Amino acid sequence: MFVLAEMKDVIRITPEHFHQSLTESITTLLNRKLANKVVLNVGLCIALYDIIDIGNSYIFPGDGSSHTEVKFRFIVFRPVVEEILIGKIKNCSREGVHVTLGFFDDIVIPVNALQHPSRFDETDQAWVWEYPKEDGEKHDLFMDSGESIRFRVTSETFEESLPTGPPGTECTIQTVAPYRIVGGINEPGLGLLTWWEAPEQDDGDENEEENGE
Amino acid sequence: METTKVNAAYLCNYEVMQILQQLKDSTQKKHKREGSLATVTYETVHYLQDTDCKKQNPASIKKFLDGLKNFKLTKTEKLMMVNTPPRTELEIQLIAQESEERLSEEDVRKIIELANECLPANES
Repeated sequence: MFVLAEMKDVIRITPEHFHQSLTESITTLLNRKLANKVVLNVGLCIALYDIIDIGNSYIFPGDGSSHTEVKFRFIVFRPVVEEILIGKIKNCSREGVHVTLGFFDDIVIPVNALQHPSRFDETDQAWVWEYPKEDGEKHDLFMDSGESIRFRVTSETFEESLPTGPPGTECTIQTVAPYRIVGGINEPGLGLLTWWEAPEQDDGDENEEENGE
Repeated sequence: METTKVNAAYLCNYEVMQILQQLKDSTQKKHKREGSLATVTYETVHYLQDTDCKKQNPASIKKFLDGLKNFKLTKTEKLMMVNTPPRTELEIQLIAQESEERLSEEDVRKIIELANECLPANES
């Protein structure tokens, strides 16, 4: 779920930071620039891992700052497609179930990737898995917000986002999520953790496990 | 800015948590908190604390991976098993593709045993 991404950048250090060591300023500036931001086709940047190489610093005419080429590695959240993740349900809507990991919110499980058959309960605003019982009746399994959910990452999309306008201006820019993950729970074992926790002693004897507490 | 390698290495949840916790401690000492870095480290640590990686340590992960060498699993499958140690057969079926053909019932039972032994669950 986390990877290291190798990047290269030229860091501009303004003179008021010259009293700090070069590595310290570079670390601060890189974290300020990238932490909690999505880089296109890379993922959500979390924190600086290490600095591989610091090149020569240059000062250009008319600018007192130093410019240093840096090679570094950053911790990036980028789950592999097909990976199994555990998150919490943020909310449910007609489009599907929205899942959050706390630090990353743009995960959606579309209607066609829910357990089958499912229906949307308008009064509770929640998706319900109508689990068929052997006697032909249905057992309603609600997907309430806040519950832990296990899902499979099925696809990911990166969207180039526009820069936001200067603060205080009234121009409304449509905010698109720069990095979205589409998940699926239409496999046995996926869905709310509580659905699969119950002991399965009553179906077949091949599931006998030692209950090591 | 330029990305030279999108995926230079994989990190397991335990490694990420260690790094972020160190970062949190060191920035707190210096009394200067960078807004977005503080947010993302706090939220990520908060998420990771609820997972099984809280009780892991390098020795137990190494022992677990050594044990997994006997089974033909891919790197990402092993990584997933470290991040979310399988407790049931169903979880192994989800992690390993076509597990029915690649792993015998005996193998599956051994992996669960190994996971319970090396990487015990977060206290319930």
